[in-house]
Amino acid sequence: MSAAIDPITLAVLAGRMEQIADEMDATLFRAAFNPIIAEAHDASHGFYHAASGDTLVHGKSGLPIFVGVMAFAVKAVIDKAAEAGDLADGDIYIFNDAHMGGTHLSDMRLVRPYFRDGELFCYLASVGHWHDVGGAVPGNYNPSATEAFQEAFILPPVKLARGGVIQQDIIDILLRNTRLPQSAMGDLNGQLGALDLGVKRLDELLDEYGAETVSAALNALGDRAETLMRSELSGLPDGRWEAVDYLDNDGITDIALPIKVALEIKGDTMVLDFEGTAPVTAGPVNIAYPTAVATAYVAIKHIFPDLPANAGVMRPIDVRVPDGSLLSAEFPAPVGGYTETILRMIDVIFSAASQAAPDRVVANAYGTINALSIAGKRANGQRWVMFSFYGGGHGGSVESDGLNHGNAPISTATIPPMEILEAAYPVMFRQWALRPDSAGAGAHRGGLGATYEIELLEETAEAFLFGERGRFSPQGVQGGDTGAMNVFHYEQADGWKTPPLASKMLGIKLTKGQAVRLDTPGGGGYGPATNRDAREVAQDVALGYLTPDKATELYGPEWKEVAA
Amino acid sequence: MSKMIGVDVGGTFTDVFVLDETTGTAQVAKVPTTRPDQSGGFLDGIGQQVDDLSTVAAVVHGTTAGTNALLERKGAKIGVITTHGLRDVLEMRRRDRPRTWGLRGDFAPVVPRNLRLEVPERTLADGTIRTPVDLDAVKAAAQQLIDDGCLAVAILFANAYANAENEAKAVEAVRAMWPNDHVSCSSEILPEIREFERFSTTALNAYLQPEVSGYINRLDQALTKGGFGGEFMIVQSNGGVMGTDTACRLPIRTALSGPAAGVIAAGHIATTAGFENVITGDMGGTSFDVALIAKGQSMLSPQTSIDFGMVVRNPMIEITTIGAGGGSIAWVDKGSLLNIGPESAGSTPGPVAYGQGNDRPTVTDANVVLGRIDPDNPIGGKLDRLDVDAAAKAIDIHVGSKLGLTTIEAAEAILRVANSRMAGAIRLVSIERGFDPKRFAFMPFGGGGALHTGAILKEVGIGSAIVPRYPGVTSAMGCVIADMRQDFVQTINSLTATLDTDALREVMQKHIDDGMALLDAAQSRFEARDIVVELDMAYVGQTHTVAVPLPITVDGSSVTTPTITEVEAAFDAAYQTTYGRLLKNGTRRVMNLRTAVIGRRPKFDLTTLAPKGGSVKDAHTGSRKVHFSDTWFDTAIYNRLALPVGAEVKGPAILVQPDTTVLVDPGLTATVDICGNTIITRDED
Repeated sequence: MSAAIDPITLAVLAGRMEQIADEMDATLFRAAFNPIIAEAHDASHGFYHAASGDTLVHGKSGLPIFVGVMAFAVKAVIDKAAEAGDLADGDIYIFNDAHMGGTHLSDMRLVRPYFRDGELFCYLASVGHWHDVGGAVPGNYNPSATEAFQEAFILPPVKLARGGVIQQDIIDILLRNTRLPQSAMGDLNGQLGALDLGVKRLDELLDEYGAETVSAALNALGDRAETLMRSELSGLPDGRWEAVDYLDNDGITDIALPIKVALEIKGDTMVLDFEGTAPVTAGPVNIAYPTAVATAYVAIKHIFPDLPANAGVMRPIDVRVPDGSLLSAEFPAPVGGYTETILRMIDVIFSAASQAAPDRVVANAYGTINALSIAGKRANGQRWVMFSFYGGGHGGSVESDGLNHGNAPISTATIPPMEILEAAYPVMFRQWALRPDSAGAGAHRGGLGATYEIELLEETAEAFLFGERGRFSPQGVQGGDTGAMNVFHYEQADGWKTPPLASKMLGIKLTKGQAVRLDTPGGGGYGPATNRDAREVAQDVALGYLTPDKATELYGPEWKEVAA
Repeated sequence: MSKMIGVDVGGTFTDVFVLDETTGTAQVAKVPTTRPDQSGGFLDGIGQQVDDLSTVAAVVHGTTAGTNALLERKGAKIGVITTHGLRDVLEMRRRDRPRTWGLRGDFAPVVPRNLRLEVPERTLADGTIRTPVDLDAVKAAAQQLIDDGCLAVAILFANAYANAENEAKAVEAVRAMWPNDHVSCSSEILPEIREFERFSTTALNAYLQPEVSGYINRLDQALTKGGFGGEFMIVQSNGGVMGTDTACRLPIRTALSGPAAGVIAAGHIATTAGFENVITGDMGGTSFDVALIAKGQSMLSPQTSIDFGMVVRNPMIEITTIGAGGGSIAWVDKGSLLNIGPESAGSTPGPVAYGQGNDRPTVTDANVVLGRIDPDNPIGGKLDRLDVDAAAKAIDIHVGSKLGLTTIEAAEAILRVANSRMAGAIRLVSIERGFDPKRFAFMPFGGGGALHTGAILKEVGIGSAIVPRYPGVTSAMGCVIADMRQDFVQTINSLTATLDTDALREVMQKHIDDGMALLDAAQSRFEARDIVVELDMAYVGQTHTVAVPLPITVDGSSVTTPTITEVEAAFDAAYQTTYGRLLKNGTRRVMNLRTAVIGRRPKFDLTTLAPKGGSVKDAHTGSRKVHFSDTWFDTAIYNRLALPVGAEVKGPAILVQPDTTVLVDPGLTATVDICGNTIITRDED
């Protein structure tokens, strides 16, 4: 496994391996049934180390958070197989247990050992966010869950295939536990297809280059990633910087939850210490330890975007998560809202890192996934669940204003078109618009959040929301201001209401003609507002990004003099 | 009236290809592209080969005017009139971001927010009109846009694909008052579900309309003034040609006009030479463009992004671009890995060897140092000679010293990584579509591709390559060859079980009638007329559709109604081919109907391009030391155009012509076929 490899062959093989993972991504995106995978690309594929499970290569188009988290999923399978002592060629493990594999129970993980000449060479894995995996709430974003059992059915690592033979029993169990069996089967087929393709391509690559060379390349990629990371860290000043931000609440009790980080750089190493973060909560804003480490990776990769998607990047970085905190929750603490917590982790890492490397770090993005589902039955009795995530503003950066209506830093997901949603579900969007006055002021302001107002066209339905940033705004960096907070309204017979827990609520009863409205946060600003050119402020007013009063409040009256 | 002229305007050169159908002769001309108005070079180029424009039956133009206007954001000031609540769709996109990592960058759509006006109107997804359009509000909005100086307007209504009534009324009202023809609406441009893609395509159409139609009209007038009485046509991104009227109405269809013509020509050349499966590779200064032709047909992709957030949804010849051109810069990262691009020195300042100010090594510099490019006779004719020493020094400093390699080893390494990236692109475009690249031939065109042929054959495992006789004017030749083609789309959105086949037939009939009317209006003669019908279909719950070819029968001019059984069987066959399995008890849905109406233009005989006489001995002009893998080879140099039909040249050899260098590696043999193409094959197999 340790033969030296020349750098040119390494460059060639790195490209080939990444291409295979990309192809696996593309295969699943095309074949998947549910829009969260097909449109939002909430899925990922890669290759992992045979002994450690470390991420070796990942596809470029899958969800960034999976790059780090899938190593833990593979490790869970390695441990299970070691315990049982029955790992065989042609096996495929399947599981969704988030305490073992990170993220949340909606993510179905398939892990397949890859054998070459009778020896285990590496693992391939496929993960995808299924539309529904049982539990109390359609779509599985249950803000009032206090145990994982209420969030979804839980599958530990089990063999979906033994020696190349699919175990129909397992599939039968899976399909009986979802509200949308056809969608689940379609997604499962897609994931199996992606793994088949990965195996076939890897066969070809090993035929061409030999197992020893490819193995050497895989090891060298990790060393190289580590070298790159160390070199980046050496370029930053030594020091210790802190940042804190808050989650609104855990969906059960209305108490703010601090997420705190101390970032320390010493030479070519970094420590991220989350001491001071809130303890594990009753509600589902906890995350398991694998998720915390994977999240640190996502934040680091945004700060150093040219680093490869390889576990070696994390070798010089020590992620310390206090025991008993909501960042290291044990089974069966609920983790369904993990997206909100990891977005806040990224925010505080950015805020701390911006003090060490102001040119590299952008201000906070909108910081909430806003998982909104609306569900009901049609006149013919057929069940429908519309489930989507919604966008918001990105943070300003040293080079430009933040992007209006972007996707979350943990994801590359696009939003389904309004017309596709309207064609598939009995709803009509009254508004699909940018949200004026939502951007954090700054020399480079944040991007604008959005307003989505959705009216029900059937007789009755229920709405469920799992969001954040209803009490604490996205922060600016380098003196930039905060973006607007998340605001959710729902219409009832006696007018518009807001949830008591700001951005989390379940079972909101709607009748025909009533609507829900999401006003999503804008991004934080970069640099002091006083440094913004008055002409740019006037331009923002002319375009309606800012109302005149708000412009004067944030930037002073100078813009009026340059306005046409 | 026997001449056909193809004109391709590229970034650096304007290429002209003149075919005389009576004498069966062809001539080419290459003149500098003029900027900003490309019509100067266009007319110069034609003037070099044709004295009397009245002898010309057709001028067909592949243009980058539209592409450049989009990339450089130089379209017109335009306005948008849209549904209440939806003015920001164009700016919100599909909630993506420019780059996965880093979270930087912003986006400004081609229509600023203050010129996107909302009016009361609403159609639901099932076509029901919930709010009739308020025409007074539409007129007031149009007036405001006129007062603001907008030169074109796009009308973009929600669900207009399902029922165009509101949009049609609004368009009628606006056309009655708008001072010019530049009024686009989404249901006319693209009656297909997905508002952002439809709105974006329509808005970009409006954005291009003043610019592109002005350009075409200037050319038209100049041609007419010169005595031209034939037909003037424009190449579309789908590889077909259209009349100038259509081009002025639908300029967005020219977005990838230039490269599309090249692929069309490549397909014809390759098929004629006996290779019906071919992968083309066009290597320019900053990029390597790959396209795939299977059984003589180029692949079409349904949409493309011209730039971040600038989506065009129209069938386009699928061209995959990677940042590995001659000017791509080689660099070693902090992890000691050699990288090529994406940064490029382009053609200005260009490679180090050009001596125009760049000091970082490029792919071309590696080719120069290894003797593969003649430093004393640079192609293109702009420079007197290339600076080999400067290129070597740059490779030493930036690559060799960092990796502990000699200059020559470092140059070979640069080519190896660059070749591997090109091979990767070829593998991806073929494998992603389920084709084995080993069954294809490789066709390099453009200036630089033929230098890398051997490496690509070896890396991808391809058996042979075909280098067209005039690889530098392939796109211009494609203009003369391309068929006339119109594409139509209509969203149907119906389960197969409840499909209204009569309504489907009516839409098909309208598409066919409209397409045939455009063919009838053309002056060209057609050898045949073809109709291709496809349905975009999926299982319910699935969002990605499969393109399902639907066999149809046309009786006279009337198309027969397809049955539901036929539609379902066609879907099952296509789905099985794509995914290898069907879904038990799956409910099938028809999303869109796509119709293409094609007028097949007569193809000219490529043997007219073949060399007349000549001998291998006379073509042999000298020799030079060229480095391959780890040795210098004494390498014979030939004047490529002087080699006779049937000539056989064993590698290592270099075949030179004014705009291209063809490298024949050791272990390869080049032969000249009856059309004058060079066929390169591997000796061992």
